[in-house]
Amino acid sequence: MRALTWHGKHDVRVDTVPDPEIINPRDAIIKVTSTAICGSDLHLYDAYIPTLKAGDILGHEFMGEVVETGPRSTLKKGQRVVVPFVIACGSCYFCGKHQYSACDNSNPADNQDISEELWGHPAAGLFGYSHMTGGYPGGQAEYVRVPYSDVGPIVIPDGVEDEKVLFLSDILPTGWMAAENADIEPGDTVAVWGCGPVGLFAVQSAFLMGAARVIAIDHFPNRLALARKFGAEILNYEDSKIYDALMEMTGGIGPDAVIDAVGMESHGLFADNVLDQIKATAFLGTERPHVLRQAIVACRKGGRVSVPGVYGGFVDKFPMGAFMEKGLTMKTGQTHVQHYLPGLLNAILEEKIDTTFLISHRMGLEDAPHGYDIFKNNQDEVTKIVLKPDMAKA
Amino acid sequence: MTDSTPAPDPEARDDAPRGTTRSARPDETQQERGETALAARTITINKRPEDVYAFWRDFSNLSGVMENVESITVRDDRTSHWVVSAPGGRTVEWDAIVTEDEPNRLLAWKSADGADVSNSGRVEFRDGGPRGTLVTATLAYDPPGGVIGKLVAKLFQKEPGIQQRRDLRRIKQFLETGEVSTSSPPNPAPKA
Ligand SMILES: NC(=O)c1ccc[n+]([C@@H]2O[C@H](COP(=O)([O-])OP(=O)(O)OC[C@H]3O[C@@H](n4cnc5c(N)ncnc54)[C@H](O)[C@@H]3O)[C@@H](O)[C@H]2O)c1
Ligand SMILES: [Zn+2]
Ligand SMILES: [Zn+2]
Repeated sequence: MRALTWHGKHDVRVDTVPDPEIINPRDAIIKVTSTAICGSDLHLYDAYIPTLKAGDILGHEFMGEVVETGPRSTLKKGQRVVVPFVIACGSCYFCGKHQYSACDNSNPADNQDISEELWGHPAAGLFGYSHMTGGYPGGQAEYVRVPYSDVGPIVIPDGVEDEKVLFLSDILPTGWMAAENADIEPGDTVAVWGCGPVGLFAVQSAFLMGAARVIAIDHFPNRLALARKFGAEILNYEDSKIYDALMEMTGGIGPDAVIDAVGMESHGLFADNVLDQIKATAFLGTERPHVLRQAIVACRKGGRVSVPGVYGGFVDKFPMGAFMEKGLTMKTGQTHVQHYLPGLLNAILEEKIDTTFLISHRMGLEDAPHGYDIFKNNQDEVTKIVLKPDMAKA
Repeated sequence: MTDSTPAPDPEARDDAPRGTTRSARPDETQQERGETALAARTITINKRPEDVYAFWRDFSNLSGVMENVESITVRDDRTSHWVVSAPGGRTVEWDAIVTEDEPNRLLAWKSADGADVSNSGRVEFRDGGPRGTLVTATLAYDPPGGVIGKLVAKLFQKEPGIQQRRDLRRIKQFLETGEVSTSSPPNPAPKA
């Protein structure tokens, strides 16, 4: 089959690779009909995530048709399913608590060593996201093997087009959980850093959860315009001083909750950011946590910090003083996708949440390397790319 | 100490479980057998102690789940023969003899005389309530080839301490999910 494979920094290619096979009884094979490129894939593209190997198949946002099932899969051939990017066994202690991204078992035993060493506990398995999270081949491919297929995939009713439901695989539940982690109370003001897919879904979700005001921050006019469409007030950090603006907009109180939907690769020529970049290049600190620092300093006293943005290593100059002295609370994590799927599918079917607004580009799988290039380098115009394996090369 | 806390090291001055004190080492009888290395680790398995014990007690179950074990032949209720792959394509073998057996609580064994790698150990099962069973495996062994051998084994990821940690995860996966998680197609060369 054909699949998008990683070969090094800014080097991804579409190669012919062996078809996946059923290995374990609970497996299923999915023929991919739509798959998306994610902001998280850019961390791989930019070689920020260790333990990726040349030839690894990327992609963790995908859906398709069931074409083969293991004896213990509950799926049936021909069903259309969306697959969560988090692989979860459904039977461990954490899955029992619906903390699916903390699954104890989905990461193969040998691959657990790295994350246990780095983070104190082994991470769950993820599709197409390096060997420390399992080394599972991803979904930017014609076919993909889905382990524990009786737990993750959600069956999509006939007649609902791919593009309405594809984002259930990651960014919609991620934006939703980001807002949930902000413990929003009716009347709250919520500030969201980053108007990428995650931030934009967090904006929509925050309003649905009762926020009176959402202030969205980015520097891409087009992305900011999308946030405004959903009712957010917007701030462009190239034009305005974010802390000052947030204080003026909230009468000096600060936002009740802040959401970092940017993560470890925040942009901008801020003094701390430039220093972080130099350190990252010199391997002294690993992340560029400018947004996290700014969000904590801006957050009101006793407020909540929600971090859907991905971090993998160490954060230098974490404003622990501000965090402690103001009595803040932080919640974060890879999304417990499985937990949110039934509710969010309903919200889509009842048209309470719009997802298709996000898609700016559709292309064939063969054009995926071009997709990565423009998603990385033209973020203003390119908000989300959907790859279709059966679409011809442009 | 509640039933779910692993036993402290008899020689420790605090409540640190065996294997986590800085001075952790095999006990005297083990050392007399040349077993100078100690690996101890606890994992929680989301099953009742009687299920975990029953699985373990039938040693033939373990060969499918433990990675470097090529075969386990059960000879009688107390004796089993183990063939384990070692660095450099070699195998090492021994007879394991059950020395203690308390159903649903404890299993201990030692290798019989003439073992390629002298080893002994115990697996304790404790009721962890809604979290399942705390399984503590303690393994004392004679590192093949001494200190250098241990380094070589580490290099090939066949060092018993690393192997024990990974095997415990695999056993947990199998008991909790019915399968062993893997991201790569099975080795084309079938296992003996
Ligand atoms: N927690 C999870 O399970 C999960 C799931 C998916 C994605 N993520 C993470 O969420 C983050 C966002 O994902 P995405 O797909 O929306 O990514 P994206 O790259 O499309 O969007 C990030 C946005 O942040 C903006 N930004 C950069 N620096 C900024 C700054 N200093 N201030 C304000 N905005 C800034 C960028 O302009 C961009 O629009 C990434 O870190 C991604 O890895 C997490
Ligand atoms: Zn994603
Ligand atoms: Zn699990």
